[in-house]
Order: sequence, then C-alpha cells, then structure tokens
Amino acid sequence: MSRVEINRRSLLAAGGSVLATGVLASGVSGLLVPARAAGLAPTETMSGGANNYRKGAAVVERIGKGGFWMSGTVRRAGDGAPLAGQRIQIWAHTVEGQEHEPQSHGATLTDKEGKFRLEMPQIIPIFGQPHGHLAYDSGEFKTVFLRPVMRSAKETSLEAHFVLQPA
Amino acid sequence: MTGWRSARVILIWVALALAIGVPVALAATSEQLAWRGPVYILAGFAGIVALGLVLIQPLLVGGYLPGLSAYRGRRVHHWIGGTLVAAVVIHVAGLWFTSPPDMIDALTYASPTPFTPYGVTAMWAIFIVALLALLRRRLGLRLRTWRIIHMPLAIVIVVGSVVHCLLIEGTMETVSKAVLCAAVLAATVKAMVDLQVWRKRRTLRGESPAQQ
Repeated sequence: MSRVEINRRSLLAAGGSVLATGVLASGVSGLLVPARAAGLAPTETMSGGANNYRKGAAVVERIGKGGFWMSGTVRRAGDGAPLAGQRIQIWAHTVEGQEHEPQSHGATLTDKEGKFRLEMPQIIPIFGQPHGHLAYDSGEFKTVFLRPVMRSAKETSLEAHFVLQPA
Repeated sequence: MTGWRSARVILIWVALALAIGVPVALAATSEQLAWRGPVYILAGFAGIVALGLVLIQPLLVGGYLPGLSAYRGRRVHHWIGGTLVAAVVIHVAGLWFTSPPDMIDALTYASPTPFTPYGVTAMWAIFIVALLALLRRRLGLRLRTWRIIHMPLAIVIVVGSVVHCLLIEGTMETVSKAVLCAAVLAATVKAMVDLQVWRKRRTLRGESPAQQ
C-alpha cells in the first residue's frame, strides 16, 4: 500500500514541522539562549532513535561494502553556524547485517561546512519501516539520536540533520 | 441444483484457502527474507497467519463455511481463537527476540512507527476476549452480557489488525495483503449485520429472522 505510506509520511512530515514551529514559537529555545529567542531550534531526539545503539563505534572510511549513502549536516542551535569535526555515529539494518550487529555500525566526522557523508550497505525495512539511526554523543553538545525513515525501500540514500545545543 | 450446491461449497472453501494461502505464499517469496534471521521470519509469518485466523472467525460465527453446523462452527471458533492467541504470542516473542528495544517501545506505546499502537491494541483485545471466553461460565456471564463485551472487542481486533497490517512495509505483497484485509473487514461487517449483534433480544446464534 505505497499510497497509504506516502500519505502517512507526508502527514508525519507536516506534523513534525508543525511541532518544530511550535517549539520555536513557544520559546523553548529562547529559555536556553534568551538573546536568540528567534534562532534555530535544537534537534530533539526522535523516539526509538537510540534503539540498538552501540557506544563508541569507530570512525570508518565506509561501513561494509557500501552502496548506500547516509549524509547530513551538523549546525549549532541559535545562529545555525556549521560545526566542523563532529563525530556522527550511524547504524541500520542492512543487506550486510542486523541493527544490533557490530558490522552494521560506523562513525564519520563533519567537514568544515558541517557536512557529513558515509557510505554503507543498502538499508532494508526492519520492524515495518526502512530507516536508519544516527547519534551525536561526543559530550560537547547535548546528545541527540535521530531515526530518519526512507520514502521507499528502493532509495539508495538518506539524510539526517543535527542542530546541537551546548550540553 | 445439487451440482451447483456442491460447486458453491467447493468455491467457498477454495476462496478462503486462496485468501489466506496466497498472501502467505507471496510473502514466502519476498527478497527481504534473505536478510532476516529465522526467528524474525517466524515472527513475521505468525503475524500473517494471525490475520488469516481473524478472517476465519466471523465466517465461522456467521455460518458461512459449508459443512460446519452452528454448534460445530462455534466450537471451531473457540479453537481458532486459542490458535490466534498462540500466533500473536509467537509474533510478539519473535520480534522481542529480534530487537528488544523496538519491542519495548511498541508495548509501551512509545514506538515511532504509526502502525504499532494498532497492533498492540488488537493484541490486548485478543487476550481479553480469550481470557473472558475461558472464564465466561465461571464468571456467570450471560450470553447477552458476553456479546455486549465481545462485539466491541471484536471490532477493535479487526480494525486494529487491518490498519496494523496495511501500514507495515514488510514481506507481504501489497495487493494480496489488501485483498486479505478487505476480506477480513467484509466478513466481519456481514456477520455482524446478519446476526444483528446490536439487538438486545437476540441472544443466540441461529435464531431465524422470522421469530422476531
């Protein structure tokens, strides 16, 4: 039922943006950084984002044999400045292993524009949704776990974006 | 006349076998199975079989399956209900084994996947119905009271199972999945309409409409 899927996802996306706007409008970020009440809000950890997380995955050139690209950006809450050299951990259920298995995990660093990009094996649906997991947990900023969902299991890339706030 | 009747009998049973068998067979050809462990595969198929059992239940109670008397149909309904509980337990236990954190999220209604609460709610409804059915005599529940309890829960089970199944991106092929879900809904609505479950006076299955 791909049509239902798309409707649900777009609904979720719309809900998510409404929520994000709500967070901005209610000034939660304003409480943390009073001078920047209207600035970029920090990314919240997604529900289920930390599932099957393994602490301390190594920085790698590529996870397994590759073929799928996970990419995104890391910025600072408030002014939105790109954060370079930040370690992002990535894991998923792929054609080469289940989510909890060590070979499914890896990490990469952001470049000076705050961008990261890591090749990994093709993600396949697990627990009813094709999705990936990402974590920022280096301590300088507050830990965030993300769980982006692919529009279709046939896609060969996925993006996730972090806006971090000081720990 | 008898030729048509026996053809109809065969047709009904073949249709039922296809409605359940085709989705199971097509799921067995899914390429995703290659990347799943045996326990996860078992859990998935237990879920598909459970949906098939949910289709059989209203057909039995409505008396639509030829060759089963009202009494036999009701007996089989009880046994299928027990099998449904077993299938759901295998489904949940297998998923728990595959990924405990995802299953804890599911059972605590904290899962990010929109289909999960439907499945978990249907599971609790199935467990409640099975438990009350076992204890019905001991609790002294009259048939009418039992029906008032069972019918809303049956609706929760059917709607919850169908929505749960339709929203999942898994091993099931989409068309056969949609057909099975439509059959479950149609059988439930027909049985409830035919038995006029909302009428207080009717307490026993098999009463003819002429008696009203």
